[in-house]
Amino acid sequence: MYGTVPKGNDIGKKGNTYMLKTLGAQIKEFKAASIATPIFMTIEVLMETVIPFLMASIIDDGVDKGDMHHIYVVGGLMILIAVIGLLGGLGGARYGAKASAGFAKNLREAMFANIQTFSFANIDKYATSGLVTRLTTDVTNLQNAYQMILRMCIRAPLSMICAMTMSYIICPRLANVYLVAVVLLGTCLAILMVRTHKYFSKVFEKYDDLNASVQENVTGIRVVKAFVREDYEKKRFTTASHNVYGMFVKAEKLISLNAPMMQFTVYSCILLISWMGARLVVARGLTTGELMSMLTYSMNILMNLMMLSMVFVMITMSMASARRVSEVINEKSTLTNPENPDYEVTDGSICFDHVSFDYHGDKENPILKDVNLNIRSGETIGIIGGTGSSKSSLVNLISRLYDVTEGTVSVGGKDVRTYDLDTLRNSVAVVLQKNVLFSGTILENLRWGDEHATEEECRQACHLACADEFIERFPDQYNTFLEQGGSNLSGGQKQRLCIARALLKKPKVLILDDSTSAVDTATDAKIRRAFAQEIPGTTKLIIAQRISSVQDADRIIVMEDGQIQGFDTHEHLLETNEIYRDIYELQTKGGGDFDEKAGEN
Amino acid sequence: MAEEKVREFKGNGRGPRGPRPKLDHPMQTFLRIMRYLMKYYPVHMVIVVLAIFANVLCNVQGTWFMKDLIDVYVRPLLLAENADFSGLLHAIARVGGFYLLGVVAVFAQNRIMVYVTQGTLMHLRNEMFVHMETLPIKYFDQHPHGDIMSIYTNDIDTLRQMISQSMPQFLNSAITIVSVFISMVVLSVPLTIVTLLMVAVVLFSTKKATGASGRYFVQQQRDLGKVNGYIEEMMEGQKVVKVFCHESQALDEFCELNNRLYDSAFNANQFANVLGPINAQLGNVSYVICAMVGGVLALNGTFGFTLGSLASFLTFNKSFYMPINQISMQLNAVVMALAGADRIFNLLDEKPETDEGYVTLVNAKKVDGKLVESDKRSGLWAWKHVHQADGSVDYVELTGDVVFDDVDFGYDPEKLVLHNVDLYATPGQKIAFVGSTGAGKTTITNLINRFYDIQDGKIRYDGININKIKKDDLRHSLGIVLQDTHLFTGTVMENIRYGKLDATDEEVIAAAKLANADSFIRHLPEGYQTKLTGDGASLSQGQRQLLAIARAAVADPPVLILDEATSSIDTRTERIVQEGMDRLMKGRTTFVIAHRLSTVRNSDCIIVLEQGHIIERGNHDQLMAAHGKYYQLYTGNTASH
Repeated sequence: MYGTVPKGNDIGKKGNTYMLKTLGAQIKEFKAASIATPIFMTIEVLMETVIPFLMASIIDDGVDKGDMHHIYVVGGLMILIAVIGLLGGLGGARYGAKASAGFAKNLREAMFANIQTFSFANIDKYATSGLVTRLTTDVTNLQNAYQMILRMCIRAPLSMICAMTMSYIICPRLANVYLVAVVLLGTCLAILMVRTHKYFSKVFEKYDDLNASVQENVTGIRVVKAFVREDYEKKRFTTASHNVYGMFVKAEKLISLNAPMMQFTVYSCILLISWMGARLVVARGLTTGELMSMLTYSMNILMNLMMLSMVFVMITMSMASARRVSEVINEKSTLTNPENPDYEVTDGSICFDHVSFDYHGDKENPILKDVNLNIRSGETIGIIGGTGSSKSSLVNLISRLYDVTEGTVSVGGKDVRTYDLDTLRNSVAVVLQKNVLFSGTILENLRWGDEHATEEECRQACHLACADEFIERFPDQYNTFLEQGGSNLSGGQKQRLCIARALLKKPKVLILDDSTSAVDTATDAKIRRAFAQEIPGTTKLIIAQRISSVQDADRIIVMEDGQIQGFDTHEHLLETNEIYRDIYELQTKGGGDFDEKAGEN
Repeated sequence: MAEEKVREFKGNGRGPRGPRPKLDHPMQTFLRIMRYLMKYYPVHMVIVVLAIFANVLCNVQGTWFMKDLIDVYVRPLLLAENADFSGLLHAIARVGGFYLLGVVAVFAQNRIMVYVTQGTLMHLRNEMFVHMETLPIKYFDQHPHGDIMSIYTNDIDTLRQMISQSMPQFLNSAITIVSVFISMVVLSVPLTIVTLLMVAVVLFSTKKATGASGRYFVQQQRDLGKVNGYIEEMMEGQKVVKVFCHESQALDEFCELNNRLYDSAFNANQFANVLGPINAQLGNVSYVICAMVGGVLALNGTFGFTLGSLASFLTFNKSFYMPINQISMQLNAVVMALAGADRIFNLLDEKPETDEGYVTLVNAKKVDGKLVESDKRSGLWAWKHVHQADGSVDYVELTGDVVFDDVDFGYDPEKLVLHNVDLYATPGQKIAFVGSTGAGKTTITNLINRFYDIQDGKIRYDGININKIKKDDLRHSLGIVLQDTHLFTGTVMENIRYGKLDATDEEVIAAAKLANADSFIRHLPEGYQTKLTGDGASLSQGQRQLLAIARAAVADPPVLILDEATSSIDTRTERIVQEGMDRLMKGRTTFVIAHRLSTVRNSDCIIVLEQGHIIERGNHDQLMAAHGKYYQLYTGNTASH
């Protein structure tokens, strides 16, 4: 899951402050709205508090004294105040929505912008799905929490304080009852909240596990059924589900104390105020109207206390989201542009000098061990080796997708770390093993390679990659719309399009990382022939499983276990290299694969 | 996906205020939920309803006391010479008693509802899961996995809200409205009319705001969908973005979508937020107007209206708005929950896989040349065929003789993907299927284990029609390594043991060695005890395939089906795995699907499929000599182009 994320409790005060600062910095142009919201809410609260107070006046000075005029005047005033309160409320609604929607917008933008600076190592650290959740669900959580804070965090305590103050103005003796009630109820709520929060974070973990197991069963249903494990899975699930039930009940039993506690306090207050108030009225220490407004305030105070405790819960629940979001915003790219970068790659020569590499920087046991290589500009190099022999890791160093752990990798005679990253990557084109096309037309996808490429240039690139043959069979040809991930193309078609896209960069070095695995052998050969004829000056590195894809390269690198076992021509390797000969014998005497051929005919 | 789960119900307890989904038969669904609740918790439910009644009535009783407090006690006492408070004390004690009853009722209601809610959800979840496990593969083909998951998460959660919050609150609100309304009418008809007029105004403006908010919510959902879609696509392709230095363009496009989302989110929330203040402040206006009118009435003593009545009425006025507000807030949640419940019940109503088979698989031994059932694993299996007519029992040795006789099949009955397939695998043979993607290779293997049922023709297994074989036993007899490897959360050991639950550690390790997985497993941080999560995300595709093979190997099945089981394993490792499997399956039938030549070359029979038809069959040498499709594929000589 979040391998690198410290668990909630480990994060110290300092971490929290830093996190809040990070998030706070994203309020930006919505500062005004963020300040306006509580102000409007304050207006609403103040108006609301005055109403019961005026109420007392209507009763005491109006009804009691039989003064109709007073009733109308004060009544009119009250309506005016309610309207002002309404305006305050509407303002709070508007600016609260604005500030929180804006805050969410800025958070998303900040994250997305920072992700664009991520290196491959950074991307690996967060799983794709992890980043998506942070950008979507977590931001939504924070948006809701922020709106809650702006609208309620000021409103609820303020409303309480105002009601309290008014109570004290009316009758300090009775108001003391409220003070005691607030303190008692507040303490109880706080204890309850802290305990439930602790319970709930545990429960949710279990609950997530339960859902994960459903997910596994849904995606792996064929395995379950093939092994006839339905009963086993049912038993496992019902046990887990019963556990979750038990934990939920435990946690919610605590919460279920909330309402009765609250009700008990409210009722006690009402009874106490009634009793004490009635005596006071009789003793002429309080008017009837005042007694009535005191009773109204009691509801006001305690309801807001309840509200406050709910806001508190919501904020603590959104803390996990806050942490995840601020992590992405604060993530520093592990790769940085040099200070005075080179903006030109002179040629396509490549040199590995005592290169060791490990994804986690492990120097003792790296996955590439002391690699030395010299590739001349314009050479075609095949790379072959078993799964996990680090073929991809080797080529990923050339366009500086990762930095070496030790040694240097040079392109065009200079250390790759001296180049401007964009310059380097535009000169060294990589067709990744796990490649992706984007939703949009074929032409739009191709122009990722070169924004300004003319349609003719795109055609030319597709011709080289043997993609033109199928594209031109589509009714809309180059304007054919591709679904997300190019899902409306076959594997071989996707690969060829990806190659064409890379060719449009007109790179000095072209790296194909197992990029023709789904292309049939004949087409594969055709593409390689076209490369040899049309872009002879480009250094070409071809990683393949198939021996036929590499055997006519100028030289072939045989990799095993992160080391270069052989680097020579096909003929020499056959004589001298046992691994190579072994692979050759397994695969040759025939092509390599049964391909997509038939499907595309 | 599995790593970070969406946790919808951590949000605010009010439920989404999005546009309401359309429901076909809300009442039916609601009644079904009620039946469900009553089935498991009849007594609980009755107590809860009583508790809610008690609570509301106690509360109303308290508000009535307001009137007595002022009219019966305070005012007369004000005029009295010697104030005697004993009457008041009595009254307060009486009301206190009611209040106490109310608190107890609230406590009972909340506490019991915890059990009812969580218990019902547990029963539902279990029923759903248990039922889901019995559903045919077809169900999983036809429903996106995300949708199925969302039933377990989102739909269950909205239902939780409805049961635990909305339903009690609805009842509470309804009783409150009725009793408060009656009280108000009793206190003063004119004031009640004033209150109702104001309620109409509130409802009208609420409706306006909800309408506007609803429109923007639809827009917001649409924009959010776009933004999320873009995020998903870009995060998926982030490495490509980097490789093509496309960062700034990606950011620009994102900002544009993001800004649009901001606009609609702002508007949608603005109108949604307005509901609160409108309700509260118009409620206040209503309160003030009642106070004024009531003041005048009390002053004149019209209709016997007193100051105490006014105090009570004003409190009732306040408590009249609260339930109306609550009902309107809960309405969306209820509609959403009913829609969710509909999906839950749909899942529960899905037809399970049917199984009319009665032939079972047993361990057997040979006594005097005759097959006899054995209770130990003997390495010899037999089909136990109990004849339905006379109850006599036949034992047929399991040899792995599989025959397809003129089989037609289509996932969609209208569109056949296999046509007139005839196939015979004699025991001990290794049969390979080759052909392009979509030719029907995987489909054939899925028919043997009855993941799907054929439209026409017959499949016989050791001479028995597979429809007569109990599905579980049929599948027990077939070891399958599927194209897509699925690993479960648990240790490596547990994952391999999935093939045979009572396998000892030694058996598991032996199977892993056979699959050539042992060496990489030992290099994992905790060896066989390394915990795998998220479908074995930390392993390479090749490693996962090795584990899947080990899992099948530990099952030690009479017949083995390998569906592209070694596609991600390099050729040299594959050879070692293959040797191991060949040893294991010696004398047993194996079906192999592969697109790699080296995998199929040494098969006894190679079947070439194209678009659902068998076009060639024979061993490698025969097919090469025939110079047909196989020859073409094999030599890469595609003259056809």
